[in-house]
Amino acid sequence: MAELAIRDYLRETSIIQSRLITALVVVVIGTLALVARLAYLQVVNHSHYATLSLNNRIHLIPLPPVRGTVYDRNGVVLAQNFPVYNLEVTPDQVEVMAQTVDELAQLIRVGDDDLAAFERKLEQRPGFEPQVLRYNLADDEAARFSINQYRFPGVRLQARLQRYYPYRALTSHVVGYVGRISEADLGRIDRTSYRGTDYIGKLGLEAHYERTLLGKVGFEQVETNAHGRVVRQLSRTPPVAGKNLHLSLDIRLQHAATEALGEYRGAVVAIEPATGGILAFVSNPSYDPNLFVNGIDAAAYGELRNSTDRPLLNRALNGRYAPGSTIKPIMGLVQLGEDENLGEVFCPGWYKLPNRSRPYRDWKRGGHGKVGLTEAIEQSCDVYFYRLARALGIERMHAKLTEFGLGNATGVDLDGEPDGLIPSPAWKSAARGEPWYPGETIIAGIGQGYMLVTPLQLAAVTATVANRGHRITPRLLASLQSPRALIEPLAADDQGQLEANTPADYQRIIENMVGVVHGKRGTARAIGKTARYTIAGKTGTAQVIGLAPGQKYDAESIPEKFRDHALFIAFAPAEDPKIAVAVIAENGGGGSRTAAPIARQVLDYYLLGRHFDMDDAMADEPPPGNTGLRVPTRPVIPGWL
Amino acid sequence: MNETSEFNVDVPLLGALLLLCAGSLAILYSAGGEDLGLLGRQSVRIGAALAVMLVLAQIAPASLARWSPYVFGAGLVLLLLVLGIGIVGKGAQRWLDLGILRFQPAEIMKLAVPMMVAWILTRTPLPPRIRDLAVAMAVVLVPVALVVLQPDLGTAVLIGVSGVLVIFLAGLRWRYILSVVLLVAATTPVLWSMLHDYQRRRIVTLFDPWADPLGAGYHTIQSIIAVGSGGTYGKGWLNGSQSQLEFIPERSTDFIYAVFAEEFGLIGGLTLVALYMFIIARSLMISFYARDTYSRLLSGSLALTFFFYLFVNIGMVAGILPVVGVPLPLVSYGGTSMVTLMAGFGILMSIQSHRPLMQ
Repeated sequence: MAELAIRDYLRETSIIQSRLITALVVVVIGTLALVARLAYLQVVNHSHYATLSLNNRIHLIPLPPVRGTVYDRNGVVLAQNFPVYNLEVTPDQVEVMAQTVDELAQLIRVGDDDLAAFERKLEQRPGFEPQVLRYNLADDEAARFSINQYRFPGVRLQARLQRYYPYRALTSHVVGYVGRISEADLGRIDRTSYRGTDYIGKLGLEAHYERTLLGKVGFEQVETNAHGRVVRQLSRTPPVAGKNLHLSLDIRLQHAATEALGEYRGAVVAIEPATGGILAFVSNPSYDPNLFVNGIDAAAYGELRNSTDRPLLNRALNGRYAPGSTIKPIMGLVQLGEDENLGEVFCPGWYKLPNRSRPYRDWKRGGHGKVGLTEAIEQSCDVYFYRLARALGIERMHAKLTEFGLGNATGVDLDGEPDGLIPSPAWKSAARGEPWYPGETIIAGIGQGYMLVTPLQLAAVTATVANRGHRITPRLLASLQSPRALIEPLAADDQGQLEANTPADYQRIIENMVGVVHGKRGTARAIGKTARYTIAGKTGTAQVIGLAPGQKYDAESIPEKFRDHALFIAFAPAEDPKIAVAVIAENGGGGSRTAAPIARQVLDYYLLGRHFDMDDAMADEPPPGNTGLRVPTRPVIPGWL
Repeated sequence: MNETSEFNVDVPLLGALLLLCAGSLAILYSAGGEDLGLLGRQSVRIGAALAVMLVLAQIAPASLARWSPYVFGAGLVLLLLVLGIGIVGKGAQRWLDLGILRFQPAEIMKLAVPMMVAWILTRTPLPPRIRDLAVAMAVVLVPVALVVLQPDLGTAVLIGVSGVLVIFLAGLRWRYILSVVLLVAATTPVLWSMLHDYQRRRIVTLFDPWADPLGAGYHTIQSIIAVGSGGTYGKGWLNGSQSQLEFIPERSTDFIYAVFAEEFGLIGGLTLVALYMFIIARSLMISFYARDTYSRLLSGSLALTFFFYLFVNIGMVAGILPVVGVPLPLVSYGGTSMVTLMAGFGILMSIQSHRPLMQ
């Protein structure tokens, strides 16, 4: 057996080895065939294929879509596209580059910056790829080059569309801006969709509605001659333009609110209660978004970034402030909804927890005397709400205030909206690892301590009160318009009716808020006297620094940066609200003195229609770094509705 | 050689494979539009494939022989599973998604089929008898049919070839080979009717790509122009106009050799072919001197299948074979075939290091 096995083994070995040798012969023959074919293509026929390659001019040219236009509620253009001419050079088709550039410089202005950027790209990119020598040619430059184009093979004018924001700083915190597509953007986008497109939404609505605004890229298959000029079109898939955004924003109100805010750092957010449409969305100070479209230079960016006023911060969306006394009407609703009957409370000007010595002071040193809920809201009595907070307890306050949407992002159509903060023992233990102290409940009753809201959230809750408990998500976009199609209005994002309070509760709190403005002892009575319509409002003052017990707050003696923030919320007309507004003026001192008059101006403008000259708001010069751009025709502002 | 060493690895083979992978990354950088992310992903795949190779190199061929039926059985079940999912999903289905892992069961068959055929043929003395041949053919044709149904013609051809090569090496009589060739010639019209439209168009345009330069012939024409215009010395790395202007379709996968030939010319292209020939020669040598019949059949099939890959891909790029979707082995972008190929080299290394000390 063993011998047989060995013989088999030897026989099998010789079978396989002979087959392997046969296979090796086939491998060698096959390889030689490949080598022969490659040598035939690359050596014998090289010049033929080199010519074909040079003449290989069947190009797939991307046809970038036109980005959607952004309009305000009256059809005023807030973001649009402008045709600009760029001068492009294909290095491989240019005989002597230095000479060509010199000759071009006699026809058009070529700056040192342009030249440096161009030369950098020449080194980095392959020679067959066209590079931009000059962006945004002036009309006369484009004309001069066109006449002389025959002298410059490999050089061509390329028409491009560039984004432009006519209202500049007025819209930067709402519309945002587009910028050149960066390396980071490339990683997260579908590159095919952006073929031929240079810009992408970076911030604001431009970023949030990027996919809606972008449109769909088209392609054109063309045959070109040796100079890259198209000689024949073979096929064409047209691009689909992006959709136009029609906003609920009123640019004139936006302007009025910005003017009203004046030099204060702060925010104004105005909402149409019935639809949730945002009418004004102001964050002050602001900046010119056009600077970012073609890339902002380092010095200008550094200035914006390092400014202590922080113009890049979108305060309306991202600024988080203690609501202060503006929380009191909501606390009143919580009280009514919970049937927590405090009766009349005596306010001596301070409040102490049982068996504790620390006094929690009222803003009015002498106290308000005997107050009910009505007087407590009208006169903004702190002691009443200290006692209410004590009676409700922090857990119930947290649960009920959260029902109104406080503490959470509103879900507005802008990216990066933060949550607010309605504190609770669970939150404090998780975030800080500390227990909840009874005194923290007391100050939460007047919107101080850990409690934080954004101006947008404050405006949204004001709109909810104006709607008598009907919550609607605030939104900037009112309708969409496809190219060559009708405007499609969007349904409001209705969150439904809050169940905790009866219509009578809202009626009472709204009457109290009217008392704040129109009552004899109301804290905002100064703006109520001359008003031609009924305003429901509430003042607020948010502490920036804590005061030691016994220390007196003196606005004059402390640095401006540490002065209190001034707040005011309002809606009007109170009986049929058309507009709800929240105002925050940073370091403005008191809500009644600073924030209420700002809100009054906004309401006046919207309800009574005082006209501003919008020409002041629009840029007079063409976009920066651009000598030839046609200045947009000024939008005709329709007369008041 | 390495009988006493604890870690089995064939240094010449490993060196050549690493050189090939390095070349692959260099050309992928150019073909992929200088995308470092793509390069990173390919590096991860190379790393994973090398790890699989080194693990398999430690497994004795005798164990592989014992496992052959089980590996084949498992592969068959997965193929049926993927086909079933495809029928339910009403579309081409090649992938099996295991949550964290996605792979093509067809890839397993590239190794399982030659293993199984070698296992069947070595149970009785060579040359194989008719009955064994029938079983072996069934083992080849069933998975091939299942993969054709996916439909993935390229992979089906590679699986079929790897199995048929084992039968050939086992000493299939020449008269059988001749009669099969005649049979294939006779059944070609039937096969033709089974092909998908896009596959037929590819074969027709093979003979005359210029008949439809913007349609089915486009791939081949642009590829030939790229290769031919590269000339002797090439246009230089990152400078191939055919490649960089995206005239070459699928330039980082199936047509990557066209990018290589355009940018590095005939000299570069032949250097790459020489590197492949070294790997194939080394593999054939391992097969020639292997210890037992199973090892010899399996390693011979793996070495020759690798050549088949190379020949079909470069033949396709150079316009002498149809466009069937076979990647350039170990160079094209993509993960699954990379792992399978490296696993094959792992088996070769194992066979090399388990050789007897004396003849």
